[in-house]
Amino acid sequence: MTDFLKHILRCCLFIFVQVFLLNEIPPLHRYVTPHLYYLFILWLPFRTSRIALLLIAFFYGLMLDAFLHTPGLHAAACTLIAFIRPFIISVLLPKEVGESGYPEPSYKSMGLIPYGTYILLLTLFHHFYLTLLEWLQFGGFLVFIGKVLASTGVSLLLVLITELVFSRKSNYRTNMS
Amino acid sequence: MRNILLFISRYSHLIVLLFLQGLSLHLLFRYNRFHEAVFSNVLNEMTGKVREGYSGIETFFSLRTENDLLRAENARLRNQLKEDYAWPDSSSRPVSDTIRIDTLVQYRKFVYLPSRVIGNTVNAERNHIMLHRGAKQGVEIGMAVTSPSGVLGTVIGVSDNMSVVMSLLHAQTRIVAVLKRGGGYGEVSWDGADPRYVQLTKIPRTTEVKKGDSVVTSQYSDKYPPGQLVGFVERISEDPQSGTFDLVLRTAVDFKNVHHAYVIRNLQQGEMDALRNSIKEPND
Repeated sequence: MTDFLKHILRCCLFIFVQVFLLNEIPPLHRYVTPHLYYLFILWLPFRTSRIALLLIAFFYGLMLDAFLHTPGLHAAACTLIAFIRPFIISVLLPKEVGESGYPEPSYKSMGLIPYGTYILLLTLFHHFYLTLLEWLQFGGFLVFIGKVLASTGVSLLLVLITELVFSRKSNYRTNMS
Repeated sequence: MRNILLFISRYSHLIVLLFLQGLSLHLLFRYNRFHEAVFSNVLNEMTGKVREGYSGIETFFSLRTENDLLRAENARLRNQLKEDYAWPDSSSRPVSDTIRIDTLVQYRKFVYLPSRVIGNTVNAERNHIMLHRGAKQGVEIGMAVTSPSGVLGTVIGVSDNMSVVMSLLHAQTRIVAVLKRGGGYGEVSWDGADPRYVQLTKIPRTTEVKKGDSVVTSQYSDKYPPGQLVGFVERISEDPQSGTFDLVLRTAVDFKNVHHAYVIRNLQQGEMDALRNSIKEPND
């Protein structure tokens, strides 16, 4: 139950930061739109079933869309990374997921390099798809490539800062607890 | 039959993904045609509440600049008061004025409804402004919105107490504007690059344009009162194909700091629409 509450709280916090901080700051450059909100999906527990993962991601994205007046845009990007997430985890973690003891992905539970790859790949997928959807309606090809790369870079930096500032105390679960 | 069930259970997450993707893309592309149709009432009220609470804190930090803006506007309006003008009496016989001031109400065209801005973006390619004034307070879809310093945009979504404005910084913005000095008509749009600049295209080559010229809304507009400031000419370039000027304008409004707005209601809109609908094309 406390885990459930923790995720709800985390979800609200991420949306708040995305809507009122990252979307309010003056644009650094036309290519740069910092995103952090999708980290919520990357931090969901290993044990979440695939269907649940997809549904959570969809409604989470839709919630952000309600604030930003872009119905469906973030929801689409979120469901995509929620779908890819289990594949990447199973490739990076050869062990049976869940046996590792840690409840959710972090650099402690996965190791620094696999976790970094996991974040990098999903960030790239997320921004690629998000920018693609925007680009289909508006803009040029150079803008598209520039935006994907620049936004991915800035978002990765934000993720790094978040990881450093908020060290998630994910206890190693044993049968004793 | 068994194979179909097996197929469905095997690829259930793929099917869910495709379904959710389809749903969100439907929302996304439908939105382009019917602005805010999906998000009109319930969600606007909900996110509006949160945004309002937050903007209460945020406005506090910009009170000083906001006061300066409003003071400047007050000074401009006060300078237009009748009492500020004096002229020597030249009349030689008493004349009784037959026009009562109250009767002028029937000639009024535009009414300004003040409103507080509770949400604003400039980073996206389609930016929106959220106002704390909605259908119950007289806002309707299609009304023009200005700020003390110039044009802001058009109302595209209304709920009971909130409304969403398509900002001038929106890829679909099209406003007819005119050069105040030279008098050429053109179309204002935004290319999505820099929130400080908008584009004014289709200005005829015969028009005399200089850097720094004011661009204002035209008198042909149904929504905007004539003479509302849009921006100032920053760069001039020529479109070789159509032989027209393409101008870059510095916006009159600082879109990063917008805290007060006026929604403008056109009282003669109904009559104008009725007249337009009554005209029958000869071919019909």
